[in-house]
Amino acid sequence: MSYVDFQVKKLQKELSAGTVSLMLLAQLAKATEPLYGYQIAKQLEQAGEGALASKQSALYPVLRNLDAAGLLQSEVEPSVAGPPRRYYQITPFGREVFSAWQVVWLQTRNLVDTVLEGAPL
Amino acid sequence: MSNYQPKNITEYLDLLKTALKGADASMVRDALYDAEEYLRSELAVNPNLSEVELLESVANSYGSPEEVAEIYRDTEVTVQKALHTPIKPALKARKEANNVPSSTPVRGFFRVALDPKTYGALFYMLLSVATGIFYFTWAVTGLSMSAGLLVLIIGIPFFILFMASVYAISLVEGRLVETLLGVRMPRRPLYQDTASSWIDRIKALLTDSRTWLSLMYMVLMLPLGIIYFTISLTLLILSAGFIAAPVIWWMAQMGWISFYGQLHMGTGSMDPAVASPILFVTGILLLFSSLHLIRAIGQWHGRFAKHVLVEASSD
Repeated sequence: MSYVDFQVKKLQKELSAGTVSLMLLAQLAKATEPLYGYQIAKQLEQAGEGALASKQSALYPVLRNLDAAGLLQSEVEPSVAGPPRRYYQITPFGREVFSAWQVVWLQTRNLVDTVLEGAPL
Repeated sequence: MSNYQPKNITEYLDLLKTALKGADASMVRDALYDAEEYLRSELAVNPNLSEVELLESVANSYGSPEEVAEIYRDTEVTVQKALHTPIKPALKARKEANNVPSSTPVRGFFRVALDPKTYGALFYMLLSVATGIFYFTWAVTGLSMSAGLLVLIIGIPFFILFMASVYAISLVEGRLVETLLGVRMPRRPLYQDTASSWIDRIKALLTDSRTWLSLMYMVLMLPLGIIYFTISLTLLILSAGFIAAPVIWWMAQMGWISFYGQLHMGTGSMDPAVASPILFVTGILLLFSSLHLIRAIGQWHGRFAKHVLVEASSD
């Protein structure tokens, strides 16, 4: 791994720390029914066409944290394919947080874009 | 990073378990469950792929066992930070605002009364006499009925069901210990290979040292529960008595209340007026020392429970 690659990985990791929570919340805000980890991971993978920087295993701990923070609620149901699955659903509090996060994201994105394009501030 | 490619899901999970060696046992359990959910779902979606091909593609999407282990270790650190940082700055800010010197041994000694862990431990110790009796009765009844019924055909399924119930109770006790004593315990049942037959699962249940240790724990909880209950109650009542006696004596002296009965303080020749403040201070010191002891016992029991119920054979 070259040093540039290392720096790329590092930035990806730092960026994904916040964006993954935002994307998971967005995914569940759109969903009409409770989703389990694998479904969510696959939806994100398809949406990003392989651009999802971090491995999909990183999504599970984030889901559990969002659940613990009360942004999501979950229940376990048995499945035929393997171990019981944990189905996640967004809570009203989660929706509130999500709309606040969206504002933050838009502001950040605009700022970063503006600075990168070199437009006068 | 090893270049060894797992051949099937069980091997992948074994590699993940090896890669997570030494990490928190509960986290390992969560990680194994998440990985199995993902892998089995992927297999169900792509029935025409062999397990080897599937695991090759998964190495890119879900991550290799080593990568997954690293991700979970990282997240655990982040979670720990997220759980602890908000409290510290708030405390610091408050300290600076009040302009008080930071923790001295004396403040540390009395701060035990502000620690939620103290009351969690106290409640656990008072509760343990009830749970202890229940666990003990359940374990002894189950074992003796199993022994008695073994000569009949119904004995074996009864015994297996009983051992399964022991396992279920150990999970419940785990929740109790986590809530009251603050020691992280598994949120999910023990990882079991779902591909195996139910006979294998029963074998796994009966050969797992944790099941037997849980049974031992249930029996042991009766004496422990009685000791915990007695220690906590005796110490608290003794402190309360020490603190209350001088107050009542002085109030009676002042004529505010009339106290019938005898209140002996001090040794023979010592004047109660001298003895009462000493007794009062002793009571306060005893109360706070008791809270320290209760918190320490709670923490010790949490570690003990985790060791017996979770970690014993999680190699």
